[in-house]
Amino acid sequence: MKAAELVRDLGWRALSIVGELGRMLLFTVAFLRASLMPPFRGRRFVEEIYNQGFLSLVIVCVSGLAVGMVLGLQGYNTLVRFGAESSLGTVVGLSLIRELGPVLTALLVVGRAGSATAAEIASMVTSEQLDGLRMMSIDPMDIVVAPKALALIFVMPILTTLFVLFGLAGAFFVGVGLMGLDPGIFVSGLKSSIRFSDDIGGCFFKALIFGFLAGLIATFRGYHAAPTAAGVSSATTSTVVVTSVAVLIGDYFVTALWGFRI
Amino acid sequence: MEASPAHDAHVRFDHVRMGFGERAVFQDLTCEFPRGRITILLGGSGSGKSTLLRLLGGLIQPEAGRIYVGDDEVTGASEAALYRIRSKIGMLFQGGALLDSLTIFDNLALPLREHTDLAPDAVASAIHAQLEAVGLTNVDHLLPGQLSGGMLRRAALARAILREPEILLCDEPFSGLDPSSVKRIELLLAKINHERGITVLVVSHHIASTLRLADHALLLLPGRSVEGKPAELQRSEDAEVADFFDEDHSVDDASLTPTESFLP
Amino acid sequence: MSRSPVRDLIAGVFVVVGLAAVAFLAFRVGEAPFSDKGGLPLYATFDEVSGLKTLAPVDIAGVRVGRVTAITLNDDYRARVTMDLDPALELPVDASASIITGGLLGDRYVSLQLGGETEILGPGEEIAFTESAVVLERLIGKLVNNLGSSD
Repeated sequence: MKAAELVRDLGWRALSIVGELGRMLLFTVAFLRASLMPPFRGRRFVEEIYNQGFLSLVIVCVSGLAVGMVLGLQGYNTLVRFGAESSLGTVVGLSLIRELGPVLTALLVVGRAGSATAAEIASMVTSEQLDGLRMMSIDPMDIVVAPKALALIFVMPILTTLFVLFGLAGAFFVGVGLMGLDPGIFVSGLKSSIRFSDDIGGCFFKALIFGFLAGLIATFRGYHAAPTAAGVSSATTSTVVVTSVAVLIGDYFVTALWGFRI
Repeated sequence: MEASPAHDAHVRFDHVRMGFGERAVFQDLTCEFPRGRITILLGGSGSGKSTLLRLLGGLIQPEAGRIYVGDDEVTGASEAALYRIRSKIGMLFQGGALLDSLTIFDNLALPLREHTDLAPDAVASAIHAQLEAVGLTNVDHLLPGQLSGGMLRRAALARAILREPEILLCDEPFSGLDPSSVKRIELLLAKINHERGITVLVVSHHIASTLRLADHALLLLPGRSVEGKPAELQRSEDAEVADFFDEDHSVDDASLTPTESFLP
Repeated sequence: MSRSPVRDLIAGVFVVVGLAAVAFLAFRVGEAPFSDKGGLPLYATFDEVSGLKTLAPVDIAGVRVGRVTAITLNDDYRARVTMDLDPALELPVDASASIITGGLLGDRYVSLQLGGETEILGPGEEIAFTESAVVLERLIGKLVNNLGSSD
């Protein structure tokens, strides 16, 4: 009896995951249609740039600086044992641009803007605001979801860039300012090891992919939230958890497919 | 079950079946709502009153059966067709459902800016006319969160009638309001129905006010529904119907306790 | 929807600054973010500079006095290194330049040794005496060869 229940439960869960994926796909199609077809919500997009981008600025820049400083310190202390402290610029630059910048920025933005997006949409579901829009013949996909998701996709590369630049500044400050490394060696290490196409291009590509993941998952979770207070909180939590895992797993695949040189 | 032939039906439900998961809300619902009248929808919680309104607005689709608004079929309609049908329907949601992030003025302006090419001053005068009709002034720049429950409900009502609908759906318009606000909304609904000839459907627990207000009533009972004049229903011989009116659903305005008025 | 000029402006500034940062990261990240008090350009030609990069320091007795600004190949296929040095320096014309490795794996830099002449090198002149980079692999190769032939 117990075993039969377990099997039934497992089967039910598997089916509901498949169903969820299907809903996600339909949602993505509806999102793309709302984004690509008129009417375009320029004003709403600008509002969301402010909400998602500007309001995430401080946390991204401060975190970037802190991560860069730690990298500078750890990198220097490790490299100096081999007399290779002159490679600090290379180490910091490559790790920030290839991995830490896009991934950490995505995690921060999900925590800050993604959760807020999911909570806002979910509470609009709970208070019937989305149904209110539908009854006024206004598509919530068009006026609520698309501007939010598009803004997240748009601001992600910008925030990632700022994270990387602040990180490099932090590492420069520690390596050169505190540890006395030659600034020319730091910068020339950075310059000579970073390639535009694979490193910086890959960084922007990753940021775009992560922005897409964050924007879609956050709006999807909010849009399909249960219309209760518990529904709002579970939409918020699952947005952060699912997007974080998706970013980390997605990072492996993007890295493998993009073909960063070793 | 049968509507009296004296009035023509504005809304028709034809053998509608609807359920959520394993819980059936309507087995086989057939009913009609007369044009230009006020109809109240009664029923215990979970009897599907709000579901009926949502079905009517095309927000959800039934498992079986057909729903007509005038000559248009809501069931199976495309999104574009639904938008056209909804332009004739105004809906007052339970919590008002005004957008939190917009001022009252922008909330009301939104449907006009979306669907009409009115000049900004024409939009403003249309909005102010409706706000005045529901007795609100100087609320343009307030956010929904800054209004009291009664004012919020009236602002939402103003939005619902803004596009001159033929049908007004009201989901629990009296819930959570103090007696004077209840009275005010009651009078407004009667006025809107009387002056504009709009068909009004009211879902309410507040039997005292709805019975006073309504021309027609539909009582949803588990597995079936009963239609008739409110006063007739109240005197019904039917045991289940009588039970419904005997229970404490029937709360008179004057006897409203403070706790009662907080209940959603 | 509701208009807020201040918010629009902030969003606009955010985008402009953000795109400028993107452009900077994309095209200029290798630019030196510091300024040296340069102003005395000097040249030196080496047989071998392998491992030397632009921006590498130039020092005298371990004190940095300038930077390498360019490394090019000249007509007879030798490496011509352009340096930008502190203009206060008065280098004799018989000063010499060598390429040194900092540590075993460290980066290359240029070290200057002073001579005894009284005549001073002016801007744009060439340091005549140079000592090329030591390439570790070649040294080891030579050593192995010598050991082999001495048998």
